[in-house]
Amino acid sequence: MEQIPRLRRGFRFQWEPVQNSHVLLYPEGMVKLNDSAGAILAEVDGTRSVQSIIAALEQKYPDAGPLAADVEAFLGEAIRQHWIEWL
Amino acid sequence: MNEQADKVGPPLWLLAELTYRCPLQCPYCSNPIDYASQKSELNTEQWLDVLRQGRAMGAAQLGFSGGEPLVRQDLPELIAGARELGYYTNLITSGLGLTADKVDTFAQAGLDHIQVSFQASDPELNNALAGSHKAFEQKLAMARAVKAAGYPMVLNFVIHRHNIHQMNDILALCENLDADYVELATCQYYGWAFKNREGLMPSKSQLVKAEQEVNQYRADLMDRDQPMKVIFVTPDYYEERPKACMNGWGSLFLTVAPDGTALPCHSARLLPIDFPNVQSQSLNDIWYHSPGFNHYRGDSWMPEPCRSCDEKGKDFGGCRCQAYLLTGNADNADPVCSKSPHHDRILAARTAADHATAGLEDLTYRNAHNSRLLYRG
Repeated sequence: MEQIPRLRRGFRFQWEPVQNSHVLLYPEGMVKLNDSAGAILAEVDGTRSVQSIIAALEQKYPDAGPLAADVEAFLGEAIRQHWIEWL
Repeated sequence: MNEQADKVGPPLWLLAELTYRCPLQCPYCSNPIDYASQKSELNTEQWLDVLRQGRAMGAAQLGFSGGEPLVRQDLPELIAGARELGYYTNLITSGLGLTADKVDTFAQAGLDHIQVSFQASDPELNNALAGSHKAFEQKLAMARAVKAAGYPMVLNFVIHRHNIHQMNDILALCENLDADYVELATCQYYGWAFKNREGLMPSKSQLVKAEQEVNQYRADLMDRDQPMKVIFVTPDYYEERPKACMNGWGSLFLTVAPDGTALPCHSARLLPIDFPNVQSQSLNDIWYHSPGFNHYRGDSWMPEPCRSCDEKGKDFGGCRCQAYLLTGNADNADPVCSKSPHHDRILAARTAADHATAGLEDLTYRNAHNSRLLYRG
C-alpha cells in the first residue's frame, strides 16, 4: 500500500476524444481502457502511493463505496502486464 | 456507400511510408516490385497535413516506415509535428543511416519508440541477406544507442528457411541488447517475398522446431521474471483458415505510400484497384467514401465459399492480396482456407518447401536493377 506505481518508460496514457475513452499507448500497441481502469491510471503519477491513490479515488467517487480491492486488483494486473512498475 | 460509411470506425493506425529508398536489399521486402519506377515523394508540408488529418480522424498510433525512413532529411520535423498532434510515434528502421546523435535528436523531437530490424543473429548471414557488409555491426551499435537514450525498443526479425534455425541465438541476442519486444515475423509472401517464395518458405518440420524453441525460451523468460515480450507471427501458409487480414479491409489501418497513394494495407498496391491519393482528396473522404477503401468492406462482395460461411465475420475471407496473387482474382477466398477451391496452391507450396534446395545466391534481391528488370519483363 505504501508502494508508488508509475507507468513504464514507453507507455503513454491519454484521452482519445474519437474513441471517447482513455487509452494506453505503447510500442505498436494500444489498449482501450474502461472507465474504472482509466480513472485509476489517471491517478498514477509516479509520486503517490497506492494508498493515496485509493484515497483520492474514494474522494472523487463518494458513491462508489470502498475502492481498495478494485484498485489493488487492477494495479496488480497492470504490473503483470508490465504496463506499470513500482518505483 | 453512405450507409456503409456509418458503420466504419476511424483509422486508429496510420502508417506513413515516407520513401521507397533504402540502402538494404532484403529479398523479402514488402515494397512493390516496381518501386524503382515510383520516385515521387510527398514533401514535408504534405506529410504534416496528412498527419493532421489522420489525427483529427482519430489515428493514435503512427509508424514512420519505408523503405528506410532515415533517408528523409525532414524526419525530425515530421516526428516533432506528429508528437505535438498527440500521436504515439514509432520509427521503423534498418538502423542504417542512424547515429547516436540522431537517436538523441529524435528523442528531443518526441519520438516514442524505435524498432530496429535485423536479418539474422550472426553477421555473415545478416549481411548476406541485407546485401551490405557493414549492416550487422551498425545494427548492434544502434540498438545499443537506442537503449542508452532510454527508448523502449522492438527488435524485428523476418523469419524464413535460412534463419529459422537461429531462434535461440536470436532471442539470446535480443536479451543481450535489452530489447523490450521481439517480433519474429515469419515471412509473408507479398512483394519481393512472393517472387522469392520458394527460396524463403520454411518446411513444416523447420517451423515446428522453431515454435518449440520459442515457446521454451518464453517459458524461461517468465521463470526469470524477464519482461522481454516475444511475438511469434506464424506463417499462414501452414494454417487451414485464413488470417483476419488487417483486422478487416479499411477497418483500423491506413497506409500512405511515398507518393501519397492511400492504401488499406502496405501490400494493397499490387491489387488492380484504383486507390485514391492524398494530394487530390481529403483523408476523411478517402477513408469513408472512396471506392478503393469501400471495395472490400462488409461482405456483400464475397463469392462462395465465403458468402455462406459461418466464419466470414471472423476472418473476412482472409487476405485480398493473397487471393489475387494465388488465384488471379482478389474477390476469391484466401487459398489458405481449406474450403477454398484453390487450396491446392497452398498445399503445393508446402510440398515445395519440403524439397527446396535454393541457397541465398538463388534469391532475387530487392534493388533498383532487379526492380527495373522485373517490371519491364
